[in-house]
Amino acid sequence: MAELDTSGGGKHKGGKIRSKKASTRVDLTAMVDLAFLLITFFMYTTTLNKPKAMDLVMPDNSVKTNSLPVAASRSMTIVLGSKNKIEWYMGEPGKTPPTVDGYGKEGIRKALIENAAKVAATHAAPDNTMEVLIHPSDKSNYQNLVAILDEMSITNIHIYAIVKILPMEVDDLKKNGYY
Amino acid sequence: MPRVKVARKSTAIDMTAMCDVAFLLLTFFILTAKPKIDDPSHAEVPPSSNMAPVADQNMMTVSIGQDKLFYSVTEQDVRSEALKAMGTKYGVTFTPEETQRFSLTQVFGVPMKSLKSFLDTPPDQLKNFKQEGIQADTTNNNELFNWIYTSRQAEKALHDKDLQMSIKGDSKEQYPQINLIISCLEKQKLFKFNLITSLKTAPKK
Repeated sequence: MAELDTSGGGKHKGGKIRSKKASTRVDLTAMVDLAFLLITFFMYTTTLNKPKAMDLVMPDNSVKTNSLPVAASRSMTIVLGSKNKIEWYMGEPGKTPPTVDGYGKEGIRKALIENAAKVAATHAAPDNTMEVLIHPSDKSNYQNLVAILDEMSITNIHIYAIVKILPMEVDDLKKNGYY
Repeated sequence: MPRVKVARKSTAIDMTAMCDVAFLLLTFFILTAKPKIDDPSHAEVPPSSNMAPVADQNMMTVSIGQDKLFYSVTEQDVRSEALKAMGTKYGVTFTPEETQRFSLTQVFGVPMKSLKSFLDTPPDQLKNFKQEGIQADTTNNNELFNWIYTSRQAEKALHDKDLQMSIKGDSKEQYPQINLIISCLEKQKLFKFNLITSLKTAPKK
């Protein structure tokens, strides 16, 4: 690869001594090698996946607002238990037995979509959106909370709140072994 | 029959263009590379399908990993102002060198009583300094509450802006700890904040 112009010069037979013409071509192989090595290094070290943020808005508990009563039939309560399990029920606590479910596409997402459709079908037009109450138990972890908030945005549920868990729900989780 | 002569071509290629491209890319990567912030909380954030990127200024972050709380603010001047305010609140005086050191510390998780010794530790031994996390409880006067409060005040005084709050939690962190942070924020009427997550990938097995 390396080229050195060796032409010219020749055998000085009688003629003038000519100075050698140096080639202007430089061997770039080594330089390119180095450049690509550095590129590879920087490509691997830069973090292209920046962390993402999820917005969370908690209800303002400092001012007493006259909140509107919500029909129990439109509310769905999700209780986060341990071992990545969920218990959910519609309406008031204790009236309907909770359903045990898992996270993800086949689990809670399916239930959320089905229930939202059911609420939309059984109620009159302006007030037919489902409201979700999230009750994280002390044994659930941060990943569970993020996962359930993520499900809210995936299933397009705009009205949801994180609320303190009720003692009877804790008892029910204990009974099922998820506390 | 005359033999067909194959013309001999030189194997040397003109590498100028390749070299140009390589260095262009190299420059790009060098300029976009950001030094990775050493996070002592080692929090592994949970995945979510959210796409909103995290702002890289005017942010305060409470990280939590292994039940220890860590705190960071992006602005350096806010950091040193907050330290001064915290010093007067807890009766600790910091030297200008310590304040300087603190303003360069990205993330810390040390209670007030050992903050001075943390700042006096030489940089090469900082890795061995055991950060026990910032103290926090449900009262109105815990250290985490005051850190957040003083830095918000400092930000307001220095830049006349509001700090954006974010929580960076480890996936395995239990809910009561998260609730503790949230209640700290709610007490100062901070109801809107970010949860830092990573983009959803295939579940690790």
